[in-house]
Amino acid sequence: MASEPARKSAPTRDPRERTDFDGRYVGKPFRRVDGRAKVTGQTLFADDLSFPRMCFMRLVRSTVPHALIKQVDFSKASEIEGFLGSLTGADTPEPFGILPVSQDEHALCPDKVRMVGDPVAAVAAVTEDAAIEAALAVEVEYQELATIASVEEALATPEPRIHDYPKEGGNVHKAVSMEFGQVGEALAGADLVLDDLFFYEGNTHLPMEQHAAVAVPEDTDRITLYSSTQTPHYVHRALAKVLGLPPSRIRVVACSNGGGFGGKSDPFNHEIAAAKMALELGRPVKITLTREEVFYCHRGRHPVLMSMKTGFAQDGTILGQHLKTALDGGAYGSYGVASTYYTGALQTVTYKLPAYRFDGVRTFTNKAPCGPKRGHGTPQPRFGWEVQLDKAAEKLGLDPAELRLKNLEEAGRTTANWLKLGTTGLERCLRAVVEGSGWKKRRGKLPEGRGLGLACGSYLCGAGLPIYWNHMPQSGVQILLDRAGSVAVYCGEAEIGQGSDSVLAAITAEVLGVELADIRLCVADTGFTPVDLGSYSSRVTLMAGNAALEAAERARELLAQAVAEHLEIDKDRLVFSDNRVFDAGEPDTGLSFREACIAAEAKFGTLSTVGSYIPPRSPGKYRGAGVGPSPTYSYSASVIEVEVDVETGLYRPIHVWIAHDIGRSLNPVLVLGQVEGSVYMGLGEAMMEEQAYRRLPAKYSSSLVHKHPSMLEYKSPTFLEMPPVTSYLIEDPDPEGPYGAKEVGQGPLLPIMPALANAIHDAVGVRIDQVPIHPHMILRALAAKKTGRPARFGPAGFPQVDFGGTLHVPTPDQGGDGRSIDDYRHKLRSGMRSASGTMTTREEALQKHGKLTTD
Amino acid sequence: MPNALSAFTSLLIEVNGERRAVSFPTHHTLLEVLREECALTGTKHGCELGECGTCAVLVDGRPVLSCLVLAAEMEGKRIETVEGLTDGNELHPLQAALADLGAAQCGYCTPGILMAAKALLDEEPEADRKRIEQALAGNLCRCTGYHKIVQGIEWAAARMRGEDVAAPADVLYGAPEPGSPGPPDSSSSETTERQDG
Repeated sequence: MASEPARKSAPTRDPRERTDFDGRYVGKPFRRVDGRAKVTGQTLFADDLSFPRMCFMRLVRSTVPHALIKQVDFSKASEIEGFLGSLTGADTPEPFGILPVSQDEHALCPDKVRMVGDPVAAVAAVTEDAAIEAALAVEVEYQELATIASVEEALATPEPRIHDYPKEGGNVHKAVSMEFGQVGEALAGADLVLDDLFFYEGNTHLPMEQHAAVAVPEDTDRITLYSSTQTPHYVHRALAKVLGLPPSRIRVVACSNGGGFGGKSDPFNHEIAAAKMALELGRPVKITLTREEVFYCHRGRHPVLMSMKTGFAQDGTILGQHLKTALDGGAYGSYGVASTYYTGALQTVTYKLPAYRFDGVRTFTNKAPCGPKRGHGTPQPRFGWEVQLDKAAEKLGLDPAELRLKNLEEAGRTTANWLKLGTTGLERCLRAVVEGSGWKKRRGKLPEGRGLGLACGSYLCGAGLPIYWNHMPQSGVQILLDRAGSVAVYCGEAEIGQGSDSVLAAITAEVLGVELADIRLCVADTGFTPVDLGSYSSRVTLMAGNAALEAAERARELLAQAVAEHLEIDKDRLVFSDNRVFDAGEPDTGLSFREACIAAEAKFGTLSTVGSYIPPRSPGKYRGAGVGPSPTYSYSASVIEVEVDVETGLYRPIHVWIAHDIGRSLNPVLVLGQVEGSVYMGLGEAMMEEQAYRRLPAKYSSSLVHKHPSMLEYKSPTFLEMPPVTSYLIEDPDPEGPYGAKEVGQGPLLPIMPALANAIHDAVGVRIDQVPIHPHMILRALAAKKTGRPARFGPAGFPQVDFGGTLHVPTPDQGGDGRSIDDYRHKLRSGMRSASGTMTTREEALQKHGKLTTD
Repeated sequence: MPNALSAFTSLLIEVNGERRAVSFPTHHTLLEVLREECALTGTKHGCELGECGTCAVLVDGRPVLSCLVLAAEMEGKRIETVEGLTDGNELHPLQAALADLGAAQCGYCTPGILMAAKALLDEEPEADRKRIEQALAGNLCRCTGYHKIVQGIEWAAARMRGEDVAAPADVLYGAPEPGSPGPPDSSSSETTERQDG
């Protein structure tokens, strides 16, 4: 092995200069570090854990969508053999929620239920069978309230309120309005103005693993919770709050997640109830949700109604856009405030949009709460935007690809809404899918019923701001080295299947010149690992990756100092490779990695280094500017070929071409897995998936219920529905990413839904302005076309909404400074209602008071 | 709901070639007995209603959804689970291929997929892509988009037939970007860091 040591140059210290690095692991399709465990059944998911004296818990969930809880009777339940104990809302009165501004959930509902599936009580028993039996025997008496099933109903029905906040009254959770530049002028001066309505139905993550948690008490005031969660740090905080214990007495361990996609990013009632029950009973408590309960946890894609009005010049230049969105939030806040902003925030990062107005509203309804699903708030407006561009190209007589190329945003620019872009690989992505699909030769020349559609997208590489205000790192990594030559890496990141463990291991192995097998990982354990905020917002590769790089570079520096001293050579001559540390000029002069560790431990004592990552500050300073910034953005483009049967409306995608701007693939085979998985999930959303509700017939209760909380009836694509996919990984290393890497978990989903809708239009000449696209929609649009009506299926109107006062923010091109001209007025208002504090004003307030953290 | 303690069954079951005595409430499924009585937690559950394929095991060589059969019916049957796939410390070719191609992302559906794929290849070593897709249509996977799984099964099948083939470059690196020099040399597929297939 030592025969080819000088192959690599010694890596430089600054990760920003390392983007063309040719590594042992970086850029290579190595087997993921947890690959063997996952194919042998050795990976332990939360439900696989077992502890001595462990008992089982079940939640009693509401059977009605909106009601006051009058009485909970455990008398029959407690008779069941094996019954151990029960809890109600009175035992967990403290509310919690993922966002500081939406602390509106309870482990168990104290006084009212807001949806079918809301937890009313918990029972524990010696066996799971007995717990199920006991839960069924609990009798709950409700006093039902009127239910609200949609945004329109919520806007029209201020009473009864689902929540007693915000203070403005009614059932609106959040309303925002902001204008960047002069949209009215831009539209007035346009040669073409398109005014479209789009609807994106809600859908859910459907992870294969049902959520599970095991709470293990260690003393009356000390506990460990093992859970299938993407965000152990946030669960930790919620547990401390509700249990009333110091966070130092609580340890949360995220087990490998059996799929997340955003669905395990909130702290959940069952986790907190299990911890409470374990402390009450003094024995380990396990809860595993049924599939039906997973549908009630939800936090999936918001149903969003959109109104999009955009002006174009005759040559295709985009002049301005006014976007309105209405989100059906479901029964709780969840990430909803952020989701609302996200339905507008990333509209500006793909094409130059000199003037932009965004109005968004989220309402409460008596349905399972929506939250962050892959793409979080972005797929809905991206769908509308990319379909509208297709319409504009048709009207202006331009090729849809050319229209996009003409308007491309540029690397390093700051958008109208003050998002600072990094590298932008969209042009290469577009050219790749256009070339690969034969777009220019084949589009418009395919047989009847066949068509090609194109769309693009862009996504965050980690949110620029943490969920709660603080000035600490968003990710931390600790590395321990010892005289065995072993490398232990500690990080709070959670492996949810995306390969984050492999990212940490590969970066560390690369820097230290050891093999993956020499590295042990301890992750997602709040008792032992430095905080990483969690596996959401596509942040782990960039943020935990940069933290690992810093920790590993520091470990390398310690070793280099010791080895240089030992060999009596300049440390800058040392190369770390092939488990050796040696002289670049004389490869035979060196120490084994283990000897290097021994030399360093002798010189410095016990060896440990840390690394941390804080994203760069965003230039936006207006209220709401906290949602959208990211260290850099990934880009994707896709072409889909579809075949449509005009007799039945049935269609099938024949082929998908997708290109993703990954910056740099740390492991191309895992990157491809994320790209293909995103294509799949996007097709599911475009073609069939919907979290839909119906009211039961009056003779049964008229209750508002989930249409199909089962995997059979919630349709998702199988092996048979998945078309061939050609994937292009576009590499243009980004200075912000470790070795130049960007995200891949979410971005490639974005172009899929609009590309399919555009392909259907190319095939049969009808516009389907909503997803999922069902065959009957195509038939209806074809029928309309025959009778001379608009060949379209989609929403017919947008409700009257009071979005509140509009914030006016001059754009960078207008010479703005990132602030709103209305700042003064808003500061006064926000000062008067700190409970709903906004991100920007909270930060300013904090700085003023010199506090480091806040809840 | 039968009372948990009202009736129980004791029998000898044979799992991965090992016979063992188990005692369980009679209404318990094979899935529950494998996970709870035998501590073989490699077999997963996604719905417990026969909808997702995650709990697939082999009974007398045929794939069966273990959430839909009673353990009490398993006397004298030969049960195979994911834990029985390795040969000593050596991965089965299907396991190695799925691990190397990242076809196990979260890994939760993987045991069921592996067992369904093994049943297919045991019967039809020459199974083509279409057959693979048909045979696995009852197994849902939310992570991969299925392609890496199909490619992994094809690769494993070839290796099980004794063909010495490397994974194709586009499976590992993606398609060459049109108009660019393309990905690393396809012959240098350094895919498997540890070739323990």
